[in-house]
Amino acid sequence: MKSDQFKTRSKVRTIIDHLVTSLAVIATALVVTPLVAIFIYLVYKGASSLNLAFFTQVPKPVGEPGGGMANAILGSGILLGLASSIGVPIGISGGIYLAEFGRGTKLANAVRFTADVLNGVPSIVMGVAIYALIVNPQKHYSAFSGGVALGIMMIPTVCRTTEEMLLMVPHAVREAALGLGVPNWRSVLSITLKTASPGVITGCMLAFARVAGETAPLIFTALGNQFWSTSLNQPIAALPLQIYVYAISPYDDWHRLAWAGALVLIILIVLAVSLVRYVTSRGVLKGAS
Amino acid sequence: MVLCAFSIFGIVILIAWQLILRSQLAWDKFGMSFFYQVFTDSYTQQKLYWDPVNEHFSALPFVFGTLVSSFLALLLAVPLAVGLAIFLTEMCPRALRGPLAFLTELLAAIPSVIYGLWAVFVLVPLLREHVNPLLIRSLGWTGLFGDDNPTGLGFVAAGVILAIMILPIISSLTREVMTAVPHSQREAVLALGATRWEMIRMAVLRNARIGIVGAIILGLGRALGETMAVTMVIGNSPEIHHSLLANGSTMASVIANEYAEASADMHLSALTEIGLALFIVTIIVNALAQLLVWAVTRGAPRQAH
Repeated sequence: MKSDQFKTRSKVRTIIDHLVTSLAVIATALVVTPLVAIFIYLVYKGASSLNLAFFTQVPKPVGEPGGGMANAILGSGILLGLASSIGVPIGISGGIYLAEFGRGTKLANAVRFTADVLNGVPSIVMGVAIYALIVNPQKHYSAFSGGVALGIMMIPTVCRTTEEMLLMVPHAVREAALGLGVPNWRSVLSITLKTASPGVITGCMLAFARVAGETAPLIFTALGNQFWSTSLNQPIAALPLQIYVYAISPYDDWHRLAWAGALVLIILIVLAVSLVRYVTSRGVLKGAS
Repeated sequence: MVLCAFSIFGIVILIAWQLILRSQLAWDKFGMSFFYQVFTDSYTQQKLYWDPVNEHFSALPFVFGTLVSSFLALLLAVPLAVGLAIFLTEMCPRALRGPLAFLTELLAAIPSVIYGLWAVFVLVPLLREHVNPLLIRSLGWTGLFGDDNPTGLGFVAAGVILAIMILPIISSLTREVMTAVPHSQREAVLALGATRWEMIRMAVLRNARIGIVGAIILGLGRALGETMAVTMVIGNSPEIHHSLLANGSTMASVIANEYAEASADMHLSALTEIGLALFIVTIIVNALAQLLVWAVTRGAPRQAH
């Protein structure tokens, strides 16, 4: 009798175990399906609409077929260049402070915490703040304000990835440098940072790819532009912004351009993410030391 | 270096200061009632929340829309994300783990506007043709799924796309806190004769639960502030409906929609105040989530993902 009870109990437990296992598998399948679907659909739609004109022509007026997003690609380039020149140096310096000089101090913990929280602040809020700070006093939309908004958004990401990459550098490397009588700042800049540089660079690329797809902070800073413009003082087109405008427009031809733009953005992002993964998983850092 | 690290505090203070400064006008006029007042249309005698022309501003429908769409997203995403995390950390064959983890990482990096693009052209037609009629037929009696919106846009569409977007974040953080649980805990439970699920429940989930709650709250933070994809599929009308299939609007989407076109000072100020509210809420939510995640992962050896 007792052994019978034991057997049923153990059978029930096994069944529950199998049930949960299959639930987990189903959950995984349910997650992966839409994700793969998005990718395949994007590549399919994007590849069929991508052509040379996309990269060389500016948008045609409504109703005329053809045209491209050359101005938006250039605009994104300008905005991202400006953003990187703000976000990368400040972010890397902040990261070096967190990993090398302030390690373990209360101040560094507070900075790290704030950076993580700042990472979660919606990008649209950043847009509103930059509008208030730059656009409103200047009384006009400009590429400059868009670049600043993106640059500020890069700082926490770059800062945290730089810190993580620096922490991956083995202690022995630092100790060897210090043991040779090199001052600490010198050791940080030309030994630790140099060893971690592939990681730091890919971290910057990741932040770059993230803000490359940001739309919300650009809507009322860079505004968008249908024409070829390189002035920092004028509204400028940007790829994600153009995708947004074209996606909600009623014209098929514009939808086509939106898909092509999305594919270009995605390729940039996939490259950045793969590179980061390669650097962090293959131990490129350790190999370099 | 210290200066650059401090710039992070500077940014937070700068944002807060600017938002407070620019929302002063709306704050002075409406005060706290900005978030719950209801106006009445003088002609139709109907409820009115947001009418920029007559300077009637109430954030109520946007707060409502943000909460409804975010909770809908959490409802859909949390079970799937935790299931995925359990599968990846405890069950998955080693060969599959890398690619799946990579895929989820990639999804976290896809821009919001691309999710929106996909939602507009794939998800919304799918909902309109197949899912919504099914919901109306089977769950229409609850009153949550009215059939007065033929477009397919609305809270359900926003909730689904938000769920897809926050899934990778919740699941990768859940995975991180689950891998932080020491192996000896798992081995101890298994040695007592537990099945795998019992081991997961007793050793892994129990030890990681605070971190998992943190991951969910972080996902909530993302959902609250998500802008582009939601703006593209929620329908953008400043109203409050019972039906989840009705058009709505969120705090972020109304800013994205109206800020560039707003010209009246009061309109801009009201929108900025919504932005300020969003800023404060997301700061609190993110800080809370970060503390919970840290409580679990601190001290645990960092592992490569």
